[in-house]
Amino acid sequence: MGNSDFSARRKAYIYTMRFLMIASSVITCVISFSIIIYVLFKGLPNISWELLSSKPSYISEKIGILPDIVNTLYIVLATLIIVIPLGVGAAIYLTEYAKSKRLTSIIEYAAETLSGIPSILYGLVGMLIFCQFLGMKTSLIAGSMTLAMMNLPTIMRTTQESLRTVPMSYREGAFGLGAGKWRVIRTVVLPCSIDGIITGCILTIGRILGESAALLFTAGFAHELNGLVKGLQSSGASLTVALYVYAKEQGEFEVAFAIAAILIILTLIINFIARALGNYFKNRGSN
Amino acid sequence: MKNKKNLFENSIHAIFLILGLITVASVILISLYLIFAGLPAISKIGLKEFLFGSEWASTREDPKFGILPFILTSVYGTSGAIVIGVPIGFFTAVYLAKEARPAVKRVTISAVNLLAGIPSVVYGLVGMLVLVPAIRKAFGIPDGAGLLAAILVLTVMILPSIIKVSLTSLEAVPKEYEDGSLALGASPTETYFRISVPAAKSGITASIVLGVGRGIGEAMAVMMVSGNAPNMPALFRSVRFLTTAVASEMSYSSGLQRQALFSIALVLFLFIMMINAILNYFMKKDKVD
Repeated sequence: MGNSDFSARRKAYIYTMRFLMIASSVITCVISFSIIIYVLFKGLPNISWELLSSKPSYISEKIGILPDIVNTLYIVLATLIIVIPLGVGAAIYLTEYAKSKRLTSIIEYAAETLSGIPSILYGLVGMLIFCQFLGMKTSLIAGSMTLAMMNLPTIMRTTQESLRTVPMSYREGAFGLGAGKWRVIRTVVLPCSIDGIITGCILTIGRILGESAALLFTAGFAHELNGLVKGLQSSGASLTVALYVYAKEQGEFEVAFAIAAILIILTLIINFIARALGNYFKNRGSN
Repeated sequence: MKNKKNLFENSIHAIFLILGLITVASVILISLYLIFAGLPAISKIGLKEFLFGSEWASTREDPKFGILPFILTSVYGTSGAIVIGVPIGFFTAVYLAKEARPAVKRVTISAVNLLAGIPSVVYGLVGMLVLVPAIRKAFGIPDGAGLLAAILVLTVMILPSIIKVSLTSLEAVPKEYEDGSLALGASPTETYFRISVPAAKSGITASIVLGVGRGIGEAMAVMMVSGNAPNMPALFRSVRFLTTAVASEMSYSSGLQRQALFSIALVLFLFIMMINAILNYFMKKDKVD
């Protein structure tokens, strides 16, 4: 480093700054890893087959989280089915159709605004619009629609990014062969943008798994085990909402930690997939 | 034949236009709903009384709907988290952008991504069972749930936003700036802090604003550690944030009380819109720089 030539004051500055940088990084890592290890350590021993495969019963005073797992799956599925066409469609409009700069910037500003709105406000508005105004009551489908609105900007942004990487010459080639705009989009543009759509889905799944405030008043708290169609129409707690209820309202910390450990493991998996996909797409892009 | 094809293409165009406008429609819908749901209670209670009233007793015989405690708690709580979180996040970002070896950088960035991915209820749970008892013991108070616990939880929750946005901005600083400084005899550390950081200041500011937005909007984790009593904020007192005020009474509210909760949501929404506008300004500036 050759710090020896510097005056004492400069040396003190350099060492202080270096110390602060390293200390901060260490703090960040320690917080992150200790939370994860603590939750896994407290939660993993409480995960049993019985917990995962049963529903809560007042008679035998046992708690099972199968309904919450199933509800979470339903919510993820329903949200993705709603949000993918909307988000991808919006992205296609912006990159393929929109000519007016003003309209584009208005749409993009709206998307940024949406991603800045806190989830508790989504929960409230979702409750007003979907549960009350549209008469869906507190149900998984109302929750999913709320989450779809919330995750729209994510899918839109990732799809847009990958649409932009489709070379103009592909489109021109197809147009040159006499294809109409829709045909070009369907056969050339969309297949090339699949990377962005998948990335967006992974990010969205991660956010849905972790979301609770937006679901509290839209999807509710029930722990009933239902089929897909009936399940979507009835109220149900996701894993996160179940965690909240067990921890805050019932003091069942063992179950809460078991759910927390499951959520952490899912987060780790999602992070891993997101990174692997990112690398995969990047390598494929450069070849 | 040609006409038929045109009609087809035009209708497809129209469908995509509608899809494109859904984000705009959502924003308008959300704003309108919050405004119309939020205004009635404010007009009944009186704007001044509502915003500056220091007492909230929504279920009493003679109810009081002053949300000053919630506003101040949100402001203090978020400021506290910013005061602790920004230095840690800032120095970590500089270290990652400029100094860290690739392996260290990889590990630290995955730690940051994990922090960003942990669900807020899990933060709440850990806060409830680790932080709250620790505060109770350390300061010898009857209950550790309160503003301090909320600040510490929020600090951890805003760290990833601060680090990631600052990092992107610091990495975009042209290498020539740094080379110039190094060639003039400055040490690498001096260069990072006197050349790179000022060059990335819009991005770093944006990261702080983003952190403020995250902090003000967080509900569940804060609800689990802040005690939830509508007190004026003090470090060791049980407090209620704007977000948790909405969430904690919603399930059993009715009448004017329910309308007042929507008004709180409206106030929160206005805060967020203001923060978004500021954020947008700095993000744009960062791109131009």
